[in-house]
Amino acid sequence: MGNGKRTWLNVSVLSIAFVVIIFFNGMLDGWNKQAKTDTIAWETAYGRLSHPLYDPYDPYTLSESHGVLPGALQEEISAGHASPVLLTQASAYPGGRLINIVLKGIDPAQTLLEIPSGLMDSLPPDVRGDAIPAIIGARMARSAGLDTGDRMIVRWRDVNGVFDARDVIITGIFHTNVPTVDVNQVWIPLETLQEITGMQGEYTYVLLDRELAEKTGQSHGATYAGAWHYTDLDTLMKDIEAVVDAKKGGMMVISALLLCIALLAIFDTQVLSVFRRQKEIGTYIALGMTRGRVVTVFTIEGTIHALLAILLGSLWGIPLLGWIQKTGIPMPDMTDQAGLAVGDKIIPAYSMALIMATVVLVFITSLIVSYLPARKISKMQPTEALKGKLV
Amino acid sequence: MKNNAIVTLEGVTKRFPAGKGLFTALRDISLTFGKGEFSGIVGPSGSGKTTLLNIIGSLDTPTEGTATVLEKRISDLSQKQAALLRNEGIGFIFQTYNLLPVYSVYENVEFALLLQKINTTERKKRVMEALEWVGLADRVHARPSTLSGGECQRVAIARAMVKKPALVLADEPSANLDSDNSHHIVKTMKTLNRELGTTFLFSTHDEKVMQYLDRIIYLKDGAVDREEYPKDS
Repeated sequence: MGNGKRTWLNVSVLSIAFVVIIFFNGMLDGWNKQAKTDTIAWETAYGRLSHPLYDPYDPYTLSESHGVLPGALQEEISAGHASPVLLTQASAYPGGRLINIVLKGIDPAQTLLEIPSGLMDSLPPDVRGDAIPAIIGARMARSAGLDTGDRMIVRWRDVNGVFDARDVIITGIFHTNVPTVDVNQVWIPLETLQEITGMQGEYTYVLLDRELAEKTGQSHGATYAGAWHYTDLDTLMKDIEAVVDAKKGGMMVISALLLCIALLAIFDTQVLSVFRRQKEIGTYIALGMTRGRVVTVFTIEGTIHALLAILLGSLWGIPLLGWIQKTGIPMPDMTDQAGLAVGDKIIPAYSMALIMATVVLVFITSLIVSYLPARKISKMQPTEALKGKLV
Repeated sequence: MKNNAIVTLEGVTKRFPAGKGLFTALRDISLTFGKGEFSGIVGPSGSGKTTLLNIIGSLDTPTEGTATVLEKRISDLSQKQAALLRNEGIGFIFQTYNLLPVYSVYENVEFALLLQKINTTERKKRVMEALEWVGLADRVHARPSTLSGGECQRVAIARAMVKKPALVLADEPSANLDSDNSHHIVKTMKTLNRELGTTFLFSTHDEKVMQYLDRIIYLKDGAVDREEYPKDS
């Protein structure tokens, strides 16, 4: 293969690696950003004050983790800076089947979360009757076979351990990317849940808006919380971060393999170049170039592959990645089974830091693989090189 | 001539590893070359001509003895110092021209000056001057692949002379040229020798070159066999 064709092949492969690395990382960053934004909007707000016994990973704590809030926090709730939630385990019987659910009580008038709690009042009283109004997510509706206006029996244990059951009517179904507010969750008015469970004035946790979360974080929760635990946003986002980091690890392996293939091609080309241009190298030395300088020239020549690859990658990568960002990457339905916020589409996020980091990575790795074969020149005998013989 | 000596060789011996032993390419060579000489080292293939030229050109070092070129002892030079000596003081002309194929005629000649960090205007002046000497000022943009053998060698002469070195080493410069070109090349170098006072040292076994030399050193089996001064006879 001629030098020109070989160069362009190397450059093309390296440009593919360059674009793929940016794409993979952009996709994960986009997912991360989207998941965090959606989770904040639908589930966690900017911070959470929870009952000391509440453990979101242990459903058995739900029966004990409820209590009255400190007075100062009540004022924040009234002012709309915080939204309390009460949880209890329950069983639902849609169409005669049994589903274990978490009954979540929230103020229908709250605006802190995107949950359309206002839909709880959407059905007129004559339609609702005595049934408890409830809203559910689309996933819950699909799995339970429920629609707006459908009724089902819900059974729970109150604070004294006594079982009770009531009719619940679905007054609204919402669509969300956050499965943890959807799957097996039934949202009803907070006061209603407090009344039917005998937990008047009690909550499981309180979600905070940005301002209140910052204030609480600065004071380490002492001012408002009393014994309640404050969980900041970073901690609330830990699960998402962990999944994304795991995904990133896998993606980096693939990207690294692709990059290695491209760099191997450059390495081979450099080896061949040094071998074929011995006489030229000898001439450079005879003309007065130091060996170090000749090594530098060959290293720079090899590294130009990287510059060309970055330019070529930008040429076709920018329109392609821009189009993908505009249209989004559709996600299959099963992805929401992971329990994390994944939208129907992921919109990749390409930050300048990501692009620059990739440029630097490609450049430096190319520099190294270009330098390694060129080192041989420093050991070359110019007299032999002039004859075309490599020592 | 010693006070004008450009090159002084004292007991220069060069041995190379050859199989399990050593091959002696040069044996106890003691010679001096003065400013403005137009001399040649003549001998059959394998007599040590190129080896001697490589040592004088600081591309190699003697195993024994001393080689002093432009008042610098070759054995004592670091790589950088040797490169500097070649860059500023010595020009090379090779049998196979050794032009850089991706550069034009102008760029090939300019290359030697680029290493000296001379400004663009001065470089251009010197390159065109050198190309005028060899009669190729009208071929500045041509690539080596489009030139004849004689033209290539003239470019090589221009490249060697552009930095006005004190010493030019020409290793079998006419070996790949026909008779007419050979004469033309050597005459050109003779003219430069006369006009610029540059010392020319040839390695050759070509009679067409030898007839122009002022001094001929005959090598046989790595040692000086005899010296002749053709113009004196």
